[in-house]
Amino acid sequence: MTTETASSYRIQGATGEWEVVIGLEVHAQITSNAKLFSGASTAFGAEPNTQVSLVDAAMPGMLPVLNKECIRQAVRTGLALGAEINRVSRFDRKNYFYADLPQGYQISQLYHPLVGEGSIPIEPDAKDGPGEAKLVGVERIHVEQDAGKLMHDQHPTRSYVDLNRSGVALMEIVSRPDMRSPAEAGAYLRKLRSILRYVGSCDGNMEQGSMRADVNVSVRRPGEPFGTRTETKNVNSVRFVMAAIEQEANRQVDVLEAGGRVVQETRLYDPDRGEGRSMRSKEDAHDYRYFPDPDLLPLELSEAFIAECEASLPELPDDKRARYEGPLGLPAYNAAVITADVETARWFEALLDATGKPETMAKAASNWLISDLFGALNRLGKGIGESPVSPAQGAELLNLVADGTLSGTLAKQVFEIMLETGDDPSKIVEERGLKQTSDTGAIEAIIAQVMEANADKVAEYRGGKDKLFGFFVGQTMKAMGGKANPAVVNELLKKALG
Amino acid sequence: MTNLTDLGVAALRDGFRKGDFSAREVADAFNAAVASAKALNAFIVDTPDHAIAAAEAADRARASGEFAALSGVPLGIKDLFCTAGVQTTAASHILEGFTPTYESTVTAKLFAAGAGMLGKLNMDQFAMGSSNETSAFGNVVSPWRRSDGGNAPLAPGGSSGGSSAAVAARIAPGATGTDTGGSIRQPAAFTGISGIKPTYGRCSRWGIVAFASSLDQAGPMARDVRDCAILLEAMSGFDPKDSTSLDVSVPRWEAGLSGDLTGKRIGIPKEYRVEGMPSEIEALWDKGIAFMRDAGAEIVEVSLPHTRYALPAYYIIAPAEASSNLARYDGVRYGLRDLPDGGNLADMYSATRADGFGKEVRRRILIGTYVLSAGYYDAYYTKAQQVRTLIARDFEQAWQSCDLLLTPTAPSAAFALGEKTADPLAMYLNDVFTVPASLAGLPAMSVPAGLDGQGLPLGLQLIGRPLDEQGVLNAGLAIEERAGFSARPGQWW
Repeated sequence: MTTETASSYRIQGATGEWEVVIGLEVHAQITSNAKLFSGASTAFGAEPNTQVSLVDAAMPGMLPVLNKECIRQAVRTGLALGAEINRVSRFDRKNYFYADLPQGYQISQLYHPLVGEGSIPIEPDAKDGPGEAKLVGVERIHVEQDAGKLMHDQHPTRSYVDLNRSGVALMEIVSRPDMRSPAEAGAYLRKLRSILRYVGSCDGNMEQGSMRADVNVSVRRPGEPFGTRTETKNVNSVRFVMAAIEQEANRQVDVLEAGGRVVQETRLYDPDRGEGRSMRSKEDAHDYRYFPDPDLLPLELSEAFIAECEASLPELPDDKRARYEGPLGLPAYNAAVITADVETARWFEALLDATGKPETMAKAASNWLISDLFGALNRLGKGIGESPVSPAQGAELLNLVADGTLSGTLAKQVFEIMLETGDDPSKIVEERGLKQTSDTGAIEAIIAQVMEANADKVAEYRGGKDKLFGFFVGQTMKAMGGKANPAVVNELLKKALG
Repeated sequence: MTNLTDLGVAALRDGFRKGDFSAREVADAFNAAVASAKALNAFIVDTPDHAIAAAEAADRARASGEFAALSGVPLGIKDLFCTAGVQTTAASHILEGFTPTYESTVTAKLFAAGAGMLGKLNMDQFAMGSSNETSAFGNVVSPWRRSDGGNAPLAPGGSSGGSSAAVAARIAPGATGTDTGGSIRQPAAFTGISGIKPTYGRCSRWGIVAFASSLDQAGPMARDVRDCAILLEAMSGFDPKDSTSLDVSVPRWEAGLSGDLTGKRIGIPKEYRVEGMPSEIEALWDKGIAFMRDAGAEIVEVSLPHTRYALPAYYIIAPAEASSNLARYDGVRYGLRDLPDGGNLADMYSATRADGFGKEVRRRILIGTYVLSAGYYDAYYTKAQQVRTLIARDFEQAWQSCDLLLTPTAPSAAFALGEKTADPLAMYLNDVFTVPASLAGLPAMSVPAGLDGQGLPLGLQLIGRPLDEQGVLNAGLAIEERAGFSARPGQWW
């Protein structure tokens, strides 16, 4: 069972409290048109074995040639994590036999990785349980090839191999064992995903497998040395990672409290059953016989190349968030929500630019985006990239509110119509006559009618029942079809009611 | 008219240009020679049509005055080179029937230069061997016979034994070879022909079935130094498809040929005077030294102190790389597949590889797997790499006092088939003089310099600085001019 204290996550065992120690190895598919060592395409979802070069199929005599774009993306990622970029790195062969591994080895980087020590600041979400805001260390990032995919459901007795993914470039981002709760692991993954998407080095799509995590978990009595860890392979969502940690940590506590010992092993997590199971123990682990790949020269990076990578980095989420909160004056919550994903941040900035008055419109725009737009997208089950309303249209709407053409209520009506028709707000306002009126004569006439029809209420109000003011506002607005400028209505009503 | 098959690469090229004969006549003559030399077992596959097509194209081009560097010259191609549409097996059962859809860079260059292909030459399986006896297609028999009348069939050397036998028997004017630890030089020495392994990275490895990636180099084997220079020029050049290919221009080696070694210092490495070296080899070496002096060179004794560690280091590094390079022959995508009834994937791997690889290949895969395995890696592989660094440093130091090194190519003349098959270590010792240059990636060449007491050819090796193929070829030419080697095997086949 879990005890939830303010910030520390503890498993309450029969014999006392246990602390969980977590490290993550994230495999992130590098965004590039071609594979790590061949010119074949990397597009997802193509027909099996249509994106396979002679190199990917490991035909005799074929040789790998490094795709520099993949290295550029990995270096940019390392720089975004404030990590050391190794001027000289090497590719090694990890040897093992499997039908999805045509060469009989994976080209990876064991001894001399491309990227060294870096870190990721995390802020766990309280909804995920206890966790501390902290800096999680990144031990290294190395670059390697992905394997192909076995398909067991195509034939009753045979397995098929799809080599489309064979040779696709991955970054393996290895954290320090710095996390102490599922919430911290979740926050780490979300933050890493956010950074990767900002940098543009990985699309972070966990459903399509372009980001997956190996989860290392051990338990110990608080303050004691690390316990024996297990590694749960290939977990493909933030939620599953958190669930797998909780499940595995509790399992280890049960084992230890029953007098057993945790076996160093590789495990699999079954999200449907919410259970893990052993794949293989250390005893029957592969001997991968790593050695430097003799087909590839050591990778040497020039200072100019690294400087170019650095210069190409966009504003990163934490910097953007600080700027939104500071100079832009957004509420902290708005800044956090909008900067969490690069696509939202880009949409927001396009929206602000389109208003033509980014400084004065920022707060209103952020509120509208978070409440109105997100609300509508949620309802429609769409992501911001598929929004039926463009940033320019959103800006136009916000400007119509700002210049008094639309009231808040009218703006909501117009927005609904925009969602349905995709029309520009100005067109909707024009065609449907939804323009707010500030015509004092017209408003005064309505007010007079309302007061006449509600003479008793007028008397009550004048007798001191101030609360009735809202009633008159409502009646006036209703009579005007919601199109009256509320400020003008207020002012004129006050005058008329005395 | 002269017998066309008596002509080498330069003579064929020049005679064709002058109009002495047509390319088609040349192709026909060599195709016939190949067909009549089955007893040598030099070729795994004959490709007379390829040779004829190239010849006809050359003849057509000649009609409009166009000549390429190798127009009119048919060649034998070692079966390690992938050839589009022509079976490529590396002389292994595991690739029997495999027909590449692609052409290796080296053969593509040769064909683009107008050469045709007579066939795919037999070799030691996956280029592992020094006698051609590890081929899955039967051993090549050297055209040479001892003068003792015993008629014992002799090894053509290896692994490029089909290449050496074909050139020596005059059934091909020239051939491609590959050299990992001596596979061009030793067979060249055994058969009285010339062969050069260029600087590592001169010839693209793309499309050559890999044995040991950090050592494999293609090179030509031909009757004389000039022919080697011509062929090497056509084979060399930067290839972006091979990351270890050198991005340097290809010198015009043939035009630069000169047997005048005035001003050159030739180093004689004392460590190559190994114990038990046959006196005939020693005498040949001394003769070579005299040739060098006569050509104007200065002789200096040099030391390559780590030479004796070269062979053990080589037999760790090469098998280590091979064990990984040969993992792709798994029965999944091409080549042999042997799936026992009811067997699973692991059973398929075991059966396919046990059945498909010959004994020597299996031995080297096992050695390589062993030296890379956890707990042994540092003691073997890391140590061997350190030795390799020391060997390279030995050479660098030698270049302080000399420009080229002269050594014997092999510790003996050709041995009889079957003589060493039972003793792998004795077989490996054949590479003792050739392996150091391979480990250091240096250009090295063997040229015939004399005959032993049994009438068998002996070769001398020249080793040069990185990229100094010209120096190597010129010193080779100086020997060739002085040795007057004109012996050729009597035709018994």
